Amino acid sequence: MTEISASAPVGTDNDATRPKRRDIGIKRRYAAENRFRALGIGAVSIAVLALVFLLISILSNGLSAFRQTFVAFDVTLDAAVLDKAGNRDPAEMAKVTTIGYGNLLKKALAADLEARGVSTEGISSKEIAGLLSKEAPAQLRNRVLADPGLVGQTISFKTYATGRIDGYYKGRVTMESAALDSNVSPEQLTLADRMRGAGMLTVGFNTGFLFGPDASELRPEAAGLGIAILGSAYMMILVLVMSLPLGIAASIYLEEFAPQNRFTDLIEVNINNLAAVPSIVFGLLGLAIFINFAGLPQSAPVVGALVLTLMTLPTIIIATRAALKAVPPSIREAALGIGASKMQAIFHHVLPLAMPGILTGTIIGLAQALGETAPLLLIGMVAFVRDFPAAPPEGFFDPAAALPVQVYNWTQRADPAFVERASGAIIVLLVFLFLMNLIAIVLRRQFERRW
Amino acid sequence: MSVAEAEKTRERWQTVMSGPAPEHIKMHTRDVCVFYGAKQALFDVDLDIGEREVTALIGPSGCGKSTYLRCLNRMNDTIDICRVTGKIELEGEDIYAPSIDVVELRARVGMVFQKPNPFAKSIFDNVAYGPRIHGLAGSKSDLEDIVVSSLKKAGLYNEVSDRLHEPGTGLSGGQQQRLCIARAIAVNPEVILMDEPCSALDPIATAKVEELIDELRENYSIVIVTHSMQQAARVSQRTAFFHLGILVEVGDTDRMFTNPQDQRTQDYITGRFG
Repeated sequence: MTEISASAPVGTDNDATRPKRRDIGIKRRYAAENRFRALGIGAVSIAVLALVFLLISILSNGLSAFRQTFVAFDVTLDAAVLDKAGNRDPAEMAKVTTIGYGNLLKKALAADLEARGVSTEGISSKEIAGLLSKEAPAQLRNRVLADPGLVGQTISFKTYATGRIDGYYKGRVTMESAALDSNVSPEQLTLADRMRGAGMLTVGFNTGFLFGPDASELRPEAAGLGIAILGSAYMMILVLVMSLPLGIAASIYLEEFAPQNRFTDLIEVNINNLAAVPSIVFGLLGLAIFINFAGLPQSAPVVGALVLTLMTLPTIIIATRAALKAVPPSIREAALGIGASKMQAIFHHVLPLAMPGILTGTIIGLAQALGETAPLLLIGMVAFVRDFPAAPPEGFFDPAAALPVQVYNWTQRADPAFVERASGAIIVLLVFLFLMNLIAIVLRRQFERRW
Repeated sequence: MSVAEAEKTRERWQTVMSGPAPEHIKMHTRDVCVFYGAKQALFDVDLDIGEREVTALIGPSGCGKSTYLRCLNRMNDTIDICRVTGKIELEGEDIYAPSIDVVELRARVGMVFQKPNPFAKSIFDNVAYGPRIHGLAGSKSDLEDIVVSSLKKAGLYNEVSDRLHEPGTGLSGGQQQRLCIARAIAVNPEVILMDEPCSALDPIATAKVEELIDELRENYSIVIVTHSMQQAARVSQRTAFFHLGILVEVGDTDRMFTNPQDQRTQDYITGRFG
């Protein structure tokens, strides 16, 4: 080597003395690079497009669920009908069923229409009453039973319009479709228009959708997400409380303390396998162990949370172990080198550095759990629940619904009004996920700022 | 042939002693063997670490000098497959005895690593961590005193006095290494082990750390592993030459570098191998 360089004249570019270069196809290399880049951009574009389509379709379908058509009119609460005994005893008054209230409402609406000068020509009184939600008599009855003093007075009563009328103002029902529909007639729609002109029919924000309980198939206008939101929130709290400490403890033990032997290898393989087990299997397990064996109540958030915890644990353990592994060993050595015990080294130095990774894993796990439907079906959370669960901790054992199960439930119902409800529920679910991710990002920033 | 048989049949290695043993012995090691699984990394090392002097361990890569160093504060315990036999005494006390608390031992025998590894905390907290976990400071002002004096001893205080609460990881490499030295002396150890402390530093930072080692010699016994023979010659009073897991020769640094007794020592320090 030294001889060659010595014989080559310094500073001159003599091709003859240089070794011949093989053609390595620089142009082809660049072309390959460009092709790959185009491929990557294409893949990203497809993903973004899919997301945009998803959001557009959900938003266009679901946003209308947050608006609702209401009917407001004056009702005279006739004591002769509602309180025959005349002593305002709620127990006595409860004997009057919703049928009685329905008749009262029917008369009251017709009377109020007349009083306000809204023409009802050519429309039967049954059809007029058909504008009101089937939920209306129950609403009025609850209001009266809660406050028996109202009997005998004339109150202003606001209730949902029936789902078809609501659909008319959201573009779902037209005059043509009404002509073919046995549930609604074009005459009813024109009456609704007249009522709207008279201010009896209004469209406004639907608080009942967010805070009300679910309603039966026949009254989509009254179906709400309140219990599902509460049930999902309860479950997320329980899942977080159970899976985070368990997951972190298991990961720290496996990563830092466990001896490297066949047994720990086996555990590791099984944890990874557990992450890939279909979620419905966890539902079966929950049914067998938590409900049939341990005797916990069905449809309860606590059972749902236990099942989802089992499902979330592998995700959290895998993420936490990866985060712990990513902390440079020099940090452990530094701590051990000045006389920290193993636990001090881990809890003072390794864990804080791993925290951003652990949080990310936990949020991913929780997001999965939030959207999980199948295991909840098996433990009875698909049940139709009208009563709100109590405040925690007793509420954890009360029957409740869950957001994804509610979506599943509504998509199965026949009335087209439930399509918008289901999409609206998906929007609420997405908002939940978005908020959780936001919290994760904020927490991660917080921990990263501590270097 | 099993490890145990190999141990029995192998001839015991005799280290060449060029010069007398140190007057005051801080750490006394005899027949130290280290095994990684079935592989033996150190063979019967007999070495005395003198008090208040710098002992340099030199030798080619993989010769076992870092392994030996990590035996002195039982850092090898953290490696599952590692097994240490022989006798290692600190002030006449066997540090591998069951009664010895390894946490306490490491407070007495501090360590500085090859790559600067400050904690992801502020400069103050980096130094204060050791005193805190060992309960060395009675009050907040005590702790501040310890931190300031440790930083001063490490020659870092003037450079960082106005940013004690900024992250230690934001310092330059040389400063980080001196911060690690300050962290080690904050727990008031008797011996400081340094594993190639300057190999990741530039010459100017190296010079500063070497200067610091020279000053620390007044109060501490120091054992330093180094790849640089110049560094060994500059900072140490005694030098031990390791080769293939064997302590070949140990003696006065001056004598080792001018008049080595063993042929291999001579070959190594004159640059013929390694």
